[in-house]
Amino acid sequence: MKILVCISSVPDTTSKINFTENNTRFDTNNIQYVINPYDEFGLTKAVMLKEKLQATVTVVTVGESSVEPVMRKSLAIGADNAIRINFTPEDSYSTAKEISNYVKNNPYDIIIAGKESSDYNGGAVPGIIAEILDIPFINACNGLNIDGDNAELSREIDGGTERLKIKTPFIIGGQKGLVEERELRIPNMRGIMTARTKPLEVIDPSEKISLTESVSFDKPRPKGECKIISKDNINDLVNELHNVAKVI
Amino acid sequence: MSILVYAENWDGRFRKSAFEAISYAKKASILFQTNVKTISIGAVDNTELERLGEFGTDKIISYPNINKSNGKAIALILEQEAKDCKLIILSNTFNAKTIAPRVSAKLMAGLITNVISHIDNTENICIKRQAFSSKAIEKTKLNSNIGVLTIAPNAFEINPNPGDCEIEINNKEIESDVVVLGKDVNKGKISLSEAEIVVSAGRGLKAAENWGMIEELADVLGAATACSKPVSDIGWRPHSEHVGQTGKAIAPNLYIAIGISGAIQHLAGVNSSKTMVAINTDPEAPFFKAADYGIIGDAFEVVPELITEIKNFKNN
Repeated sequence: MKILVCISSVPDTTSKINFTENNTRFDTNNIQYVINPYDEFGLTKAVMLKEKLQATVTVVTVGESSVEPVMRKSLAIGADNAIRINFTPEDSYSTAKEISNYVKNNPYDIIIAGKESSDYNGGAVPGIIAEILDIPFINACNGLNIDGDNAELSREIDGGTERLKIKTPFIIGGQKGLVEERELRIPNMRGIMTARTKPLEVIDPSEKISLTESVSFDKPRPKGECKIISKDNINDLVNELHNVAKVI
Repeated sequence: MSILVYAENWDGRFRKSAFEAISYAKKASILFQTNVKTISIGAVDNTELERLGEFGTDKIISYPNINKSNGKAIALILEQEAKDCKLIILSNTFNAKTIAPRVSAKLMAGLITNVISHIDNTENICIKRQAFSSKAIEKTKLNSNIGVLTIAPNAFEINPNPGDCEIEINNKEIESDVVVLGKDVNKGKISLSEAEIVVSAGRGLKAAENWGMIEELADVLGAATACSKPVSDIGWRPHSEHVGQTGKAIAPNLYIAIGISGAIQHLAGVNSSKTMVAINTDPEAPFFKAADYGIIGDAFEVVPELITEIKNFKNN
């Protein structure tokens, strides 16, 4: 069984978000990059499946050489090899199209992506890949069990969970629940050492087609002062919420 | 040319998100001088379709024999119905997020998710969206002839717009590529992403069994319940309630944070809320810098009293 995990290199969740060049570009100064948290659940799941089913795990990303530390970390966690498609994508479509083109020539049984990246929050890459490759797509997937070419999955829906059965090949947009937070794998010394010699292949993009472009960024307006209400006058809070904020 | 809307229903009932999507499309249709066509999937009775017709759509096409879980089929229907369309509008729900990318790829139509601004121009379409988990607003330009937009819940007004609305039923059936084994629905609960009021609690509550008062407060306010990441990680509350950077991003009118310190990752998911209240014992809690109102005090004293005060307010 061959598993492909799509990895996005994103700013650490504690990062302060700033923009440069007249607010047209994300300011990468002092930013630590990490594996997109949603992809991390998927990567750990893939490594667990590998141990159970003798699968191979490939990680793929679309980006310039600056994303390689995150690829090496994925290898240290347990992926067998890595593919980097060498360009900075303009939008979700260009990312998905390049990964799809790669998979067309190198088929996989299971493709695992995150339900979204924690930077641009597009949530579109796995769904577009599903459409281009004409395979089932399970978004917000929070449970996955494999038995041969059958899979039982669960996905979050608004107000609940839905349990599904599908056949490989398929793609998921993963999240917490795929594995639990405490099960997430952290690279150990042996993993880090072996990651250095695992193959990281760089391939050229084939099409670079984008359908949208990022024009500029803004930051939300800062909040005004917090009005402290005494715990002995909680009635004041109810009045404020009703008469001033008008939210109750 | 028209504007196409996917109006999602839950067991035959339309919710606020569907009305928001149609109201959004209606506004765009005036700018483009065109009409609004709405697609409904799954069994919905005629009275409910007529109710949907009161928000500004000129036509509703209902596909009662297609299952909502069949994302591939819904994408196919939207593709076919979009032949003469400029824009396809969906709400940013889990269901729509399965469908919208497929439609985008089928039509080579640019997809913009988490939309928070109206369209103000028929050429050069630039739209604002939430990015970086609400820490930034990104302006995105559409470079394709057709656009697919998923609009953020609670970001747009609902405008009742009664008028003539044609209702068509299409009995087409399309096979699904997934088999649904079952659903576990949180019965009677208010959907977190659509809720106008959210009551949320963190580690300050000390144990899972202390959530009774949080649920009661949510109940008297007609609110949904949420929690911080540590609380969902320990298993005190389900993952589906986790709000924040790696959980859900929400934008209710009122967010009440109880015993949540206000880490940057938590604030990222909730700072689009219109009004925020923080209740915390620690006066240095970062949440007091982000909140509109703060109460410094013990949740176990403040919350029961707040419940009493709100009950009094509701009774008057």
